Amino acid sequence: MVTGFFIWVKQAAAILQKDIKVEFRTKYSLNSFLMFALTTLVLVSFSVGPYLLDEVVHSALIWIILFFSAMGGLARSFVKEQEKGTVYALKLSAVPETVYLGKFIYNLSLLFLVIIIVIPFYIFFLSPPVGNPGLLALVLFLGSLGLAAASTILAAIVSQANVKGNLLPVLAFPILLPLLTAAINGTRLALEGFPLGKAMAELQILISFFAIMFTVSLLLFNFVWET
Amino acid sequence: MISIELDNLTKTYNEQIIFSGVQETVSQGNCLVVSGPNGSGKTTLLKIIAGLIRPSAGEIRLTVENQLIPREKQKDYLGYVSPDLMLYDELSALENLNFFARVRGLAKEGRKAEEMLERVQLDKWKAKMVSTYSTGMKQRLKFAYALLHRPLLLLLDEPGSNLDQTGHALVKDVIEEQKQRGCVILSTNDPTEVTRYGDRILHLG
Amino acid sequence: MTWKIALGIWMALVIAASFLYAPPALGLGEVSRIIFYHVPLAWVAVLAYLVSMVNAVQYLRTGRMEFDRRTSFNAEIGTVFALLATVTGAVFAKNTWGAYWNWDPRQTSIFVLLLIYAAYFALRSAVEEEEQRARLSSVYAILAFLTVPFLVFIIPRVYSTLHPDPIINVEGRLKMNTQMLQVFLASLAGFTGIYFWIYNLQTRIIKLQEKFKKDMRG
Repeated sequence: MVTGFFIWVKQAAAILQKDIKVEFRTKYSLNSFLMFALTTLVLVSFSVGPYLLDEVVHSALIWIILFFSAMGGLARSFVKEQEKGTVYALKLSAVPETVYLGKFIYNLSLLFLVIIIVIPFYIFFLSPPVGNPGLLALVLFLGSLGLAAASTILAAIVSQANVKGNLLPVLAFPILLPLLTAAINGTRLALEGFPLGKAMAELQILISFFAIMFTVSLLLFNFVWET
Repeated sequence: MISIELDNLTKTYNEQIIFSGVQETVSQGNCLVVSGPNGSGKTTLLKIIAGLIRPSAGEIRLTVENQLIPREKQKDYLGYVSPDLMLYDELSALENLNFFARVRGLAKEGRKAEEMLERVQLDKWKAKMVSTYSTGMKQRLKFAYALLHRPLLLLLDEPGSNLDQTGHALVKDVIEEQKQRGCVILSTNDPTEVTRYGDRILHLG
Repeated sequence: MTWKIALGIWMALVIAASFLYAPPALGLGEVSRIIFYHVPLAWVAVLAYLVSMVNAVQYLRTGRMEFDRRTSFNAEIGTVFALLATVTGAVFAKNTWGAYWNWDPRQTSIFVLLLIYAAYFALRSAVEEEEQRARLSSVYAILAFLTVPFLVFIIPRVYSTLHPDPIINVEGRLKMNTQMLQVFLASLAGFTGIYFWIYNLQTRIIKLQEKFKKDMRG
């Protein structure tokens, strides 16, 4: 059992490494992901201009930007394998669950990278009050865990559909709505400077959402992956 | 010792029958050639055997040393070359093979990949990105990919396409060698290949 | 046949009783009579969605197409009933609080349910091959259904509710008087009966389709 788990992790790591290497050489996903997030951010900042927004609007805007740019950026991970025909080579070699695991960590790293770049820009352009930066970081971290877990399996589903365009946000929105609601509320509490204890419910929801999405995705991935 | 039995394989695509009742057994040392015109379902049949598509009805029974191999393990025993299957353009040939060796959990990956590249005469270009390869070179690399884990069953979908004279010789060698180790299922609509390789012939369509 | 006629008479009586026999709820006025329709409609929607979800699991376990047909068909019934529940709810909301829609937690939940199944149907129409469609959409239905409980926890934290307490509340105390309760339960039973009628019809259609397909092949 333990050795089996180790083999799994090693194979998932191989897939992750491969994706990172390919991404590093082409920079396709990261560039489009990041540019989408930054353009939306600048557009928001431009249209809001001199108006002062309250914390609710700030936290909603942050997550809207993250959600839509993630939808554009994360769909590629599987769609590209499908379009290029490498998916067959992968299917014949890899254990399905390790594919999910590898792609999940890859998507999560992309998401982290985008958050690390976009959030400072957001603060720079729109200067929201950040009352509790620690809580904000925690909410962003836990939120992106759930966001990546759900988008990874949904991206795999979308990659198999005949019509792929814009299907991912359509599928992801209802599933991610509880996560987004909790994350937005948590972000608002962080901006307003509430202590950690006040956001316990949000954090618990973010953690359990991730735990359930991740486990169920691992269980169901086999059905998605097999043709 | 390997034997593969196709039992009453049928594939329908949204009510449309592609083929039905395919009944065939291939055993150690044999090469089954699947022939038929375009659209007769050759590629689909090979994909079903490879486990990439589920048959609408029927079963594939793979036995190795008299042990029935469950469906999810069958991929460990087969190698598959097809025009639909591609390797990573953004990786070099060696990186590609090393990647697949790692994913398959093969030990001593480094050496094995290089041996395979020598085998398909790509060792001179092993560090080049696959995107710079010609179609014929890519085809040879696919052979290296398929043989990497020394499969007992080799599935070749149109193996001769895009290959030059030396490439064809390579295909011939690989098939002869594979028949020593296990068996081959090959699809083609080239009549010379049908007669050259086929111990048994399955005609579709 | 007899039970269908009985059901017809039953529903006719329920409709008549909902206007003539049951008194309006205290404080809510005549418009409260909509409860005899609104709650059973919502109940049938949830029931159909549950049956749909169970069939999705069954499909993944067995791979038999009839389960997928039942999944999608129950999703359709669920959606029709959920829409009707939304509309009746909105009518009630307009008359009581002055607006058709105000993102009340219950409105939000049913809205998300509708969104989930809209996405489910979008996914189905995006996949051409039958088996693949069945597999992918079943996985989606399961994933989506699992996220619904989270809404129940998070939404009340963000939005406060105007919705009247669930009529049968946590302590099991009933706030309806006897006549209202009689009509309410009768309506609940009647609507459930209608659901099973539709379910039955559809199961027969599915069986006929399977038989027709077999005849075509064989």
